[in-house]
Amino acid sequence: MTQKTLTHLQRLEAESIHILREVVAEAENPVMLYSVGKDSAVMLHLAKKAFYPAPPPFPLLHVDTTWKFRDMYALRDKAAKDAGMELLVYQNPEAAERGINPFDHGGLHTDMWKTEGLKQALDKYGFDVAFGGARRDEEKSRAKERVFSFRSANHRWDPKSQRPELWRLYNARKAKGESVRVFPISNWTELDIWQYIHLEGIEIVPLYFSAPRPTVERDGLTIMVDDDRFPLREGETPVTKSVRFRTLGCYPLTGAVESTATTLPEVIQEMLLTTTSERQGRAIDHDQAASMEKKKQEGYF
Amino acid sequence: MTTEPIYKTDALIAENIDAYLEAHQHKTMLRFITCGSVDDGKSTLIGRLLYDSKMIFEDQLATLEADSKRVGTQGGEIDFALLVDGLAAEREQGITIDVAYRFFATEKRKFIVADTPGHEQYTRNMVTGASTADLAVILIDARKGVLTQTRRHSYLVNLIGIRHVVLAVNKMDLIGYDKATFDNIVAEYGEFARSIGIEDFTAIPISGFKGDNITGPSEFTPWYSGPALLPFLESVEVDVTADQEQPFRLPVQWVNRPNLDFRGFAGMIASGTVRPGDQVRVLPSGKTSTVSRIVSLEGDRDLAVAGESVTITLADEIDCSRGQVIVAAQAPLEVADQFESTLVWMDETEMVPGRAYWLKIGTQTVSATIHQPKYEVNINTQEHLATKTLDLNAIGVANITTDREIPFAAYADNRDLGGFILIDKITNHTVAAGMIHFALRRAQNIHWQATDIGRDHHASMKHQKPAVLWLTGLSGSGKSTIANIVEKKLARMNRHTFLLDGDNVRHGLNKDLGFTEADRIENIRRVGEVAKLMTDAGLIVITAFISPFRSERDMVRGMMQPGEFVEVFVDTPLEVAEARDVKGLYAKARSGQLKNFTGIDSPYEAPENAEMRIDTTQMTPEEAADLIIARLIP
Repeated sequence: MTQKTLTHLQRLEAESIHILREVVAEAENPVMLYSVGKDSAVMLHLAKKAFYPAPPPFPLLHVDTTWKFRDMYALRDKAAKDAGMELLVYQNPEAAERGINPFDHGGLHTDMWKTEGLKQALDKYGFDVAFGGARRDEEKSRAKERVFSFRSANHRWDPKSQRPELWRLYNARKAKGESVRVFPISNWTELDIWQYIHLEGIEIVPLYFSAPRPTVERDGLTIMVDDDRFPLREGETPVTKSVRFRTLGCYPLTGAVESTATTLPEVIQEMLLTTTSERQGRAIDHDQAASMEKKKQEGYF
Repeated sequence: MTTEPIYKTDALIAENIDAYLEAHQHKTMLRFITCGSVDDGKSTLIGRLLYDSKMIFEDQLATLEADSKRVGTQGGEIDFALLVDGLAAEREQGITIDVAYRFFATEKRKFIVADTPGHEQYTRNMVTGASTADLAVILIDARKGVLTQTRRHSYLVNLIGIRHVVLAVNKMDLIGYDKATFDNIVAEYGEFARSIGIEDFTAIPISGFKGDNITGPSEFTPWYSGPALLPFLESVEVDVTADQEQPFRLPVQWVNRPNLDFRGFAGMIASGTVRPGDQVRVLPSGKTSTVSRIVSLEGDRDLAVAGESVTITLADEIDCSRGQVIVAAQAPLEVADQFESTLVWMDETEMVPGRAYWLKIGTQTVSATIHQPKYEVNINTQEHLATKTLDLNAIGVANITTDREIPFAAYADNRDLGGFILIDKITNHTVAAGMIHFALRRAQNIHWQATDIGRDHHASMKHQKPAVLWLTGLSGSGKSTIANIVEKKLARMNRHTFLLDGDNVRHGLNKDLGFTEADRIENIRRVGEVAKLMTDAGLIVITAFISPFRSERDMVRGMMQPGEFVEVFVDTPLEVAEARDVKGLYAKARSGQLKNFTGIDSPYEAPENAEMRIDTTQMTPEEAADLIIARLIP
C-alpha cells in the first residue's frame, strides 16, 4: 500500500541531501563553494536541511574576483550569517597586485581570479572536497560530469580517470593531495531550480528580478554599470533599462536581458517562454566550441 | 508529422503562470536508459524528446547546425548525435566514451535519461547508466530486427534488475509501417526475452525521425492500439513507489550530534515507511528501540517513505553508527560474511582472486576477498565459460568473503542493500560493481562438530606422538630420497607413518594445479590441510615438497599444534642439484622448455629458522635419515 507519492522535487532534494551527507561522512575537510547565484542558494538551502538541527558542518568559500555585483556581496554576507556558517573569502593576491580586470585582460581575468584563485584557496586551507553548484543540463560537456569529480594533486580534471558511479554508491577514497569536486545538484534543471526556490521561499539576489538599471551595450551583451570602476568609452552613456539577469558572475562580463518580470512566477514564466539557453549570458563560453571542457581541465570549476 | 506538443499547458504559461506552477509541482520523476547504437536512431530519438519538450534552445540549435555542417555525419542535415556527444576528445575521435545524462519534462513527469553509446566500453557504461534506471528503452532498427547487440542490451538490462522494458521498434517509416515485420520482430524478441528471464515488455512501433507513436498515436499505424512512447513513460510505476511496500530499512549514513541532548540518525530510506512509535531494530547488533521523532527543518513529520533522506531519533540510547541499518523490528535483514554474487569488472587491471578489496555497500565499507570466479558469462550468447579471473567489461559469478558480518538483502529484493562496488586499495579505483545473490549457507550453518574419539585418543592407540616432518629444498636436493629412507626406518620401529610426496600429490589431489605462484600457494595449502588431518589421526607425516615460499611454510606451521611441525631444510646448493639433475628438469628449464622452475626463473626462499638443516654435500641420505629420526625420537 503506497503511503505517499514523491514529487520530482522531493526526489531531487533527497538525492542532493544524500550526497551532501555522504561527503561529510567520508571527507576530512570539506568546503562549500558559494558563488551567491541561484544554484548556490539552492545548494546552501539543501545543506541546511541535510544537517538540521546542526548547522552545516563545513565553511562556505567565496572565490572573489572583486568584480561581482554589489547586491551579490550583500547577500553573501547575510546568507552565511543566517546559516550559522563560517564564510571564507579568497582573492588571488597576484591578480590583485597586477590589477587584473575584465576590461583590460580578457580571458586572463577569469583565469587568474577564478581558476587560479580557486586552486590557491583550496591549497591554502587544505580542503579535500569542495561542493560546487554545477548542473548537468547547463552545457554539453557537463552532461557527462560525475557527481564526484576527481582532481589530481595539481587540480587537473582528466576525463579518462573518472570513476563509474553506480546506484547511490560514491567512491570518495583518494590519495594524499588529490581532491574531489562534488556536485550535489547535478540532476537539477534550470526549471527545477526556479520551482524549488519558489516552493521553499529561498532568498536570492534581487538582480534576478527586473528593475530599472543603468546599462551599456558591449559586444552584443547588455552590461550593467554597477559601480564607477566601469570605464565608459567615448560617447558611451549608460541608459536606464528595465533588465534582469538569468545568471550572475562578474558584472562587466554578465549580460542582462530586458524584462518586466518582477516576481518569481514571472521570472519562471519568462524562462519557459524564452528561446535561448542561460549560459548565453556569459561572455566566457563564447571563446571556442568546447570552451567549458577546456576550462574544466585546467581547473575552472 | 504526428507530433503533438508535449506541453499541453503551454497556453497556461502565458495566461496564468501561478496555475501552471501549481500543476507542475506535482510531477513525479522517472529515470530511464536508452540502449542501442547511433545506427538504431537512438540519438535522433533522444534529440526529438529534448526538442519536443523544449530542452533545446535556439542558441543550442544554432551551434548544432553549425557543428553538423562542420563535423556532422548526416551530410549537412542536423546530426542529433552531436547533441548527445559531449566531450571534445570524443567528438574528434568520433566515439563516445561515457554515460551522459539528459533531462526533459512533460506535464506529468520529469525524466532523466542515461545515454550510453555503443562501443567496446559498453558493458561498464551501460551497467553504470542502468543502475539508477526504473525503465529501459531497447531500440531496434525495424529493417534489421533482433541483433546480437539487442540480446546483449537485454541481458544487461535484466542483470541490473530493471523491471520495465520498452522494445522500441524504430524506423517504421522506412519499412512502410509494415505490421507483419513488426509482429515478427516482437515474436522473435519475446522468445529470447523470456529465455533470459524478462517476463514482460512493451513493444512500440515508432519513428524517432518522423515522430510516429512518440507523443501520441500515429496515423500510419492504425493496427497498433498500444500506448505511444511518451504516454507510456508517463504512466509506468517508478521503483521508489514500489519500494514503499517493502519492510522499513534505513542504512545509517551519518549520526547527527549537535549537542549532548540530540542524537539523530540520518540517511536515505532504502525501503518501506516509518512513523514515530514504530518498533525498530539496529543491525548487526540486534538491539531494539522505538522511533521517537522524524526531524526536519520544517518541523517534525509523522511519516517518511522510501527514497526520502531523513533524520530520525530513537527512544533508547542504543549504539548505532554509520554503516549500521535500522530496520522494522518484526522484519530484520539477514546478516552474513560470505556471499555469492555477480561481478561486473570495470577496471583496466584484471581481478586478482584472493586479494583484499574495499567493498562499499549501502553506507558501509568493509574489506573483502573475492574467490576464483565460478564462471564468466559471454554477454552475447549468455553461455557460461570457465575462467580464473575477470577482465575489463567481463561479467562473472564469484563468492566473496567480507572481514566482518554485514546486514544485506538480495539485490533482486533491494538495490541499495544488495548492490555494492569494489575499490582497489592501492589505486582507489572503482574496479567492479557487484550484486549479491544470497549468503552462503556454510557461513552460517557449518559449525565445528566435536567428536568423541579425539586426536589424543588416536595418537595413544598408536603409542606415538604425531608430527609433521616437512622437508623443503630445491628440486634434486634429495628430499624424496631422504623422506623414503626415514619412512622405512620408522616402519621398522612400528611407527605409523605416511609420506606425502610432491610429485605423487600432483597426480591426484592437486592435479588441477599448475606451477604459477598462485597454484603453488594452493598446492601447499592443500597439503597442509591433509597433513593436519593425518596428525589428527595420530600419524607421523613426512612431506617432500620444494615449497619455495616462506609464507606458505609458515602458514602450514600455523595449522599444527605447537611443536608438531618440524621444518627440515634439505640444503643442496643449486649447482650441485643441477649437476645431479636426476629427472632432467634443470636441462629443460635452462633451455626454456620448462617455465616457473624453482632456482632458475622462480625463487626459492631458504628457511631462516628451520628446526633442522641437512647439508647433503656433507652426509649420505642414510646419515641424514638417522639424524632426522634421532631428532624425532630421542
